[in-house]
Amino acid sequence: MADTATSAPAGLPEHPSPRAAGCPFDPPPALRSLQTDRPVSRVQIWDGSRPWLITRHEDVRTLLNDPRVSADATRDGYPHRSAAMQGSDPASQTFLTMDDPEHARLRRMVTAPFAIKKIEALRPSIQKIVDDLVDTLLAGPKPVDLVEAFALPVPSLVICELLGVPYEKHDFFQRNTRIIVRRTSTPEEVAAANAALIDYMDDLLADKLARPADDLLSVLATERVATGELTRREAARLGNLLLAAGHETTANMIALGTLALLRNPGQLALLRETEDPEVVAGAVEELLRYLNITHSGRRRVALEDIEAGGETIRAGEGIIFANDVANRDPAAFPGPDRLDLTRNARRHVAFGYGVHQCLGQPLARVELQVVYGTLYRRIPTLATAIPFDEIEFKHDGIVYGVYKLPVTW
Amino acid sequence: MTPSNPSRRIEKPMRVEVDRPRCVASGQCVLVAPDVFDQDDDGIVVTLDERPDAPRHEDVREAAAICPAAAIALREE
Ligand code: HEM
Ligand code: SF4
Repeated sequence: MADTATSAPAGLPEHPSPRAAGCPFDPPPALRSLQTDRPVSRVQIWDGSRPWLITRHEDVRTLLNDPRVSADATRDGYPHRSAAMQGSDPASQTFLTMDDPEHARLRRMVTAPFAIKKIEALRPSIQKIVDDLVDTLLAGPKPVDLVEAFALPVPSLVICELLGVPYEKHDFFQRNTRIIVRRTSTPEEVAAANAALIDYMDDLLADKLARPADDLLSVLATERVATGELTRREAARLGNLLLAAGHETTANMIALGTLALLRNPGQLALLRETEDPEVVAGAVEELLRYLNITHSGRRRVALEDIEAGGETIRAGEGIIFANDVANRDPAAFPGPDRLDLTRNARRHVAFGYGVHQCLGQPLARVELQVVYGTLYRRIPTLATAIPFDEIEFKHDGIVYGVYKLPVTW
Repeated sequence: MTPSNPSRRIEKPMRVEVDRPRCVASGQCVLVAPDVFDQDDDGIVVTLDERPDAPRHEDVREAAAICPAAAIALREE
């Protein structure tokens, strides 16, 4: 693989490309030049293949909503993120990598609990989870790693409650999820982690069938498995997708968002001093836009020839949507590199776009609103406990963030 | 703006149409225009008011623009 990468035709940019030193919040400079000069452009990825990279906000939105663009990861030409992802068995796909109508059929089985009003009804219990964790932080030793002590437990506790997964098992599923989202994991490691998670979920579903409770896994067990609509294995994969998607992402937003705010004290002050939920909600959208933690891009493959940006994407060719740099497109967001919590950032594509746009977004929004609206008010002197240049960023992660965030107050 | 009634801005009436089979239950429209859009028990969009009055047009246009599935169509009559 290393060999094919070095034999790239001269001038073909490699993807992903590194961020600039000292600018850990900004997308790689190479993406910026592509956005300006060649918004639809071929790039070279790890396996030597040459998918198209889409960098403008407008093109990302148009093409992610185009039925000629497929999310099916089992098709030839699909630009996999790593050897491990490529090696994953076709039978283990979830609706994340399926097309309609199968995608819609499976997605609709789990949309009910994510409706705005149902998620809004969870706000008090999310607030309690956050308040309790802040109490524990304040009572404990400092400095403390905010990732371990706060950013991961918040979404983990919330998604466990919603699904009906015992939180005591969090070490087990966080460890396995981390293996899956690490770009450097081997195919064997990813397969083993996936199998362990699915087996666990499968056992849990058997329990729920026998003793249903008031949670999403019980609904899947009694309304879909018991009726023969899904096998227990399929339901396990669905549950597992929600468990995995539901905590790494939000956890990274909490820790990276806190760091970005600590680096922008004026913006942090806006959040700390407001009582207005609209202001907090707007801040969440802007942080989603600015940080765009799903930095490895949406992956797709063309089903037919498609004209875009003066180029022809041929049927069967891979497409990567760089939603990170699309969120910094000056045509969509004036002064895009400024973190401005008061701007209208709602049109960001941090949750993707089209029929695969994040299912968990209502939940992620409320979690982040509660966190950003609580943490800095309750710990107004919050500060990083190590120098900025010693903080390690997840350059190798499918989801971007910081590995650790030692903080004090 | 019509010359016969210079004191008030007249907006064209708006008609909202949702394509429920396309909806992916993202909830974005409900967040932006909660008195025009809601979700059924499965999270799929329903309209509360197919002919929203002028003060709500801006929010409704925003909802149509951010809907990820292009499931909201507006007809300005
Ligand atoms: C801030 C936190 C989050 C971010 C930034 C995020 C981001 C994303 C993105 C970009 C996609 C689109 C994938 C694609 O188009 O290929 C996606 C899909 C998805 N997300 Fe999230 N997500 C977050 C939180 C959550 C939560 C809390 C859950 C669930 C409990 C969740 C569940 C899902 C699922 C199931 C999909 C697949 C949807 C589909 O394929 O139809 N996400 N997310
Ligand atoms: S914004 Fe679109 S996809 Fe989301 S709930 Fe409303 S109609 Fe459905």
